[in-house]
Amino acid sequence: MQLPAPFDYERATSVDHTIQLLDRLGGTARIVAGGHSLLPMMKLRLVHVEYLIDINDLHGELGYIRVEPTRIRIGAMTRHRELLDSPELRRALPIFHDAERVIADPLVRNRGTIGGSLCQADPSEDLSAVCTTLNASCVIRGRGGERVVTMAELYRGPYETAVGPAEILTEIRIPLRAGGSSAFEKVGRRAGDWAVVSCGVAVWLDGAVITDARVGLAAVGPNTTGIPAVSQALRGRAPSETLFAAAGAIAAEYCTPVDDQRGSVDYKRHLAAELTRRALRRAVARIDGREL
Amino acid sequence: MSTEFVDNDRKPVGYGRMLRKEDPRFVRGKGRFIDDVQLPGMLHLALLRAPIAHGRILGVDTTAAEAHPKVKLVVTGAMLAERGLAWMPTMSGDVQAVLATDKVRFQGQEVAFVVAEDRYAARDALELIDVEYEQLPAVANVRTALDPAAPVIRDDLAGKTDNHCFDWETGDRAATEAAFADADVVVSQDMVYPRVHPAPLETCGAVADYDAVDGGLTLWCTTQAPHAHRTLYALVSGLPEHMIRVISPDIGGGFGNKVPIYPGYVCAIVASLLTGEPVKWTEDRSENLTSTAFARDYIMHGELAATRDGRILAIRTRVLADHGAFNGVAAPTNYPAGFFGVFTGSYDIRAAYCAMTAVYTNKAPGGVAYSCSFRITEAVYLIERLVDCLAFELELDPVELRLANLLRPEQFPYTTRTGWVYDSGNYEATLREALRIADYDGLRREQRDKRARGELMGIGVSFFTEAVGAGPRRDMDIMGLGMADGAELRVHPTGKAVLRVSCQTQGQGHETTFAQIVAEEIGIPPADIKVVHGDTDQTPFGLGTYGSRSTSVSGAAAAMVARKVRDKARLIASAMLEISVADLVWDKGSFAVVGDPTSCVTIQDIAMHAHGTGELPDGVEGSLEAQVHYNPENLTYPNGAYICVVDVDPDTAVVTVRRFVAVDDCGTRINPMIIEGQVHRGLTDGVGMALMEMIAFDDDGNCLSGSLMDYLLPSALEVPDWQTGFTVTPSPHHPIGAKGVGESATVGSPPAVVNAVMDALKPYGLRHADMPLTPSRLWEAMRGNPQPPV
Ligand SMILES: Cc1cc2nc3c(=O)[nH]c(=O)nc-3n(C[C@H](O)[C@H](O)[C@H](O)COP(=O)(O)OP(=O)(O)OC[C@H]3O[C@@H](n4cnc5c(N)ncnc54)[C@H](O)[C@@H]3O)c2cc1C
Repeated sequence: MQLPAPFDYERATSVDHTIQLLDRLGGTARIVAGGHSLLPMMKLRLVHVEYLIDINDLHGELGYIRVEPTRIRIGAMTRHRELLDSPELRRALPIFHDAERVIADPLVRNRGTIGGSLCQADPSEDLSAVCTTLNASCVIRGRGGERVVTMAELYRGPYETAVGPAEILTEIRIPLRAGGSSAFEKVGRRAGDWAVVSCGVAVWLDGAVITDARVGLAAVGPNTTGIPAVSQALRGRAPSETLFAAAGAIAAEYCTPVDDQRGSVDYKRHLAAELTRRALRRAVARIDGREL
Repeated sequence: MSTEFVDNDRKPVGYGRMLRKEDPRFVRGKGRFIDDVQLPGMLHLALLRAPIAHGRILGVDTTAAEAHPKVKLVVTGAMLAERGLAWMPTMSGDVQAVLATDKVRFQGQEVAFVVAEDRYAARDALELIDVEYEQLPAVANVRTALDPAAPVIRDDLAGKTDNHCFDWETGDRAATEAAFADADVVVSQDMVYPRVHPAPLETCGAVADYDAVDGGLTLWCTTQAPHAHRTLYALVSGLPEHMIRVISPDIGGGFGNKVPIYPGYVCAIVASLLTGEPVKWTEDRSENLTSTAFARDYIMHGELAATRDGRILAIRTRVLADHGAFNGVAAPTNYPAGFFGVFTGSYDIRAAYCAMTAVYTNKAPGGVAYSCSFRITEAVYLIERLVDCLAFELELDPVELRLANLLRPEQFPYTTRTGWVYDSGNYEATLREALRIADYDGLRREQRDKRARGELMGIGVSFFTEAVGAGPRRDMDIMGLGMADGAELRVHPTGKAVLRVSCQTQGQGHETTFAQIVAEEIGIPPADIKVVHGDTDQTPFGLGTYGSRSTSVSGAAAAMVARKVRDKARLIASAMLEISVADLVWDKGSFAVVGDPTSCVTIQDIAMHAHGTGELPDGVEGSLEAQVHYNPENLTYPNGAYICVVDVDPDTAVVTVRRFVAVDDCGTRINPMIIEGQVHRGLTDGVGMALMEMIAFDDDGNCLSGSLMDYLLPSALEVPDWQTGFTVTPSPHHPIGAKGVGESATVGSPPAVVNAVMDALKPYGLRHADMPLTPSRLWEAMRGNPQPPV
């Protein structure tokens, strides 16, 4: 058993209570949601926390998936498991289902939350790639009220976000547009492993022409990245294998992977291309109703 | 030719499929592992470990740790040195630091320990110890360890000026060179068997309880060899052996990881001696992965000489062995490379030669460990990969090539060119059984169709011969202790029995298998036989459980002791039935008068009589008990044929193991269900090693595989439904013909998986790529850039 250093523990009863506690305890306090990222780091003593503020009782307040006509709102305490199991979410944004099937294992999925996933800001986070792909925005609350940031604004580098020490991420908002679909592809070394590379794609078609397309790649840069050049290359073109391959090539060129135990730089670039291609193929097939 | 083999599923009193007697306590969470041991007043020990791979210790300041309110004791290497305990012998004639005194030699090496009231306090206090190091360049690359400029790791050894550990050779060099000189074809291949780790679910640990009043030491410990450990503790510590009791309770997996004596065990003993209280030490996961016995780490160059039509003539190999900072290998004394000498495999090869050089590096010590039957894993991998390389060059089907070279039944007992005497086997029948189950021809057809469509499907075959069940004691010992095992059997008056054995189960199901062995011999149902093991005060002396030696050695002892009891029962039966011994027939469980089956006494009747007041034959004492010590005449040689089917994604290089057929011949089958369980485990190991497992280091000797997120173990999702089959060729010298099966699948499966992947990649002209075949490494190989992992 790996043992963390001593810490104190508070159990928050509401979002406001959480903010009060954060405010009072200052930078020595940390929110714990599912705990699947924070607790391992505490046990390995990579992170020292004096106070843990447990927000699991906020699941009632922050655990939801609301599908509205033009957007989906997901509460920060929504668990991986709930994202995986939601038929409405799968219908509107199949990318979530694709991703959740290959994130970690059932134990982690039963507790881990979308809020924790985004706030962890791990370069290999699959849900961050999903949210980047979908152009999500994040609602952050602090004593002074609420603000909304884009995914690009949320991330400040590996393990660093725009969420301040006395703030909490409460909601993720995803715009919905007709005529589109999405997909997610991942290569790991084993089930439950972090991605060697993973890639999300969302595409919108008007007849035979791509009106918009977005990608989100994980594990090939300091944070998950949406590569605007890919979107530019796809817009206004008719979907084809050649086009998908070209988009993949752009993804490979623009991403910035590093060599590690998971794979070589060349392989990761190759995967960025290949997975972009596959995800595009699948997302377009979904629009055509050729795939679920 | 096809031979039918029938499972011995007779469900009688004796051999056959039955549920494991030990499982109710495990499935109900009632197992009792080291960490479950709680004693009044027990203190907790934590080890401070080196953060760097190589460095001189300039100073250790423990003042702040000692001031921690819950800390009872802080001990450094210097303090152990004052008591002559800073170094301990390893099982292979080297020494290893208990706590570092002069230098640290691998990342994770033990530097100091803290004993505190609770485990958290002990762990916290480690951070209060201040160690000053002078960092030294590390030897992380085994290939440069012998460079003249390489820093000398073992300057503790008098006169040591390099990192050379030992040289070893076997076979006939001249004859082999001659055979190579004459051969039509020579294939040579470099291959690496990377460093892997047994990674048992339960990490290592101990509870030491020294009783200052009676001078006795009780040590609960994760050990696969309680008796050997007891003797070693007595020799090293000076405590009298009869006052040391080693208890190995339920063990959550061993795989060789729990054969060596680790510094943590010794520190727990020292701590209990110094504090007078019981002291518990339990490793965490990272400590287990980074500091305890690894396995493999052989850099091999192999060559086969053959005729153009595929007759293998000779094999030659050079091996560079990475032994880490201390030679901590646990292998029989005369076998510094374990049983690697069986690298001629299952083939009729006329000449063989191996030269090995072992070196020190700044990595964790150990070696051998991990279900490998003392390095047979490496040997089988070498020959089975080489045979596939030969098939590749000769454009022959790998099965045809094997069939042409396998040893034939009439050649047994067969002495290999490196001096091993294979006891028995029917290799061709075993391979053909695997081909039948797999529908090999059908698979090849499917592969042809898939290749035509650009799909990558591979079929890999391996045939292995294991050598297990060490001794005989005349040439096999661990630190002078002969490798033989005891057993003691007591039949109580009501006919229930207790068997005491010297081996130790870590999940293999001994409490069931051994009860079945005795049941088969004396006709008492397995449910009525309790198997006691893992406690040196409760069991006869023996060398323990590793190298698949339990059934082959202790299992033989169990059968022999049961026969001894039966012999005595026969004498008593003759008195009870008033008839001469010659006129009795044994029908499992009772003696009857020849020709009069109604005149009979059961073993239970005899047990009561033996303890009762009735007449006993002249010279026969009361009670029904016996003891034996079994010294094997030879090793046993389990063998098997494995076929693996994989699909490789041509674009991502992800390998999927789609099918796996394993046909094992472990001689007499005692409990087929347990055998299958052992095989399933080993096959899973094999997929892990072939595709993902490796203990990796960076250039500074930092271990990169210190957690299970970095050291990948396969899960149910990476393995197919196993298809198992069997042939039965009993061992001629083993009392019940059983050969042992614990490690067969770990030994035989890695080459089957790698052969399958290479077969899939034949369209790429690729002959070899090293394990672990992770997607990235395989993709690099597919684009013509295969890289060794070290
Ligand atoms: C074995 C294992 C395998 C995994 N595999 C994968 C994988 O394949 N792919 C993948 O993407 N992830 C993987 N993960 C990561 C997992 O998805 C995340 O750990 C988890 O979902 C993070 O969410 P959490 O609720 O557990 O966060 P926590 O661990 O509770 O918190 C993480 C961080 O976020 C902060 N935080 C949490 N909630 C909020 C909030 N509402 N507002 C502000 N800050 C907050 C915390 O303070 C902390 O700093 C794996 C984890 C494990 C243990």
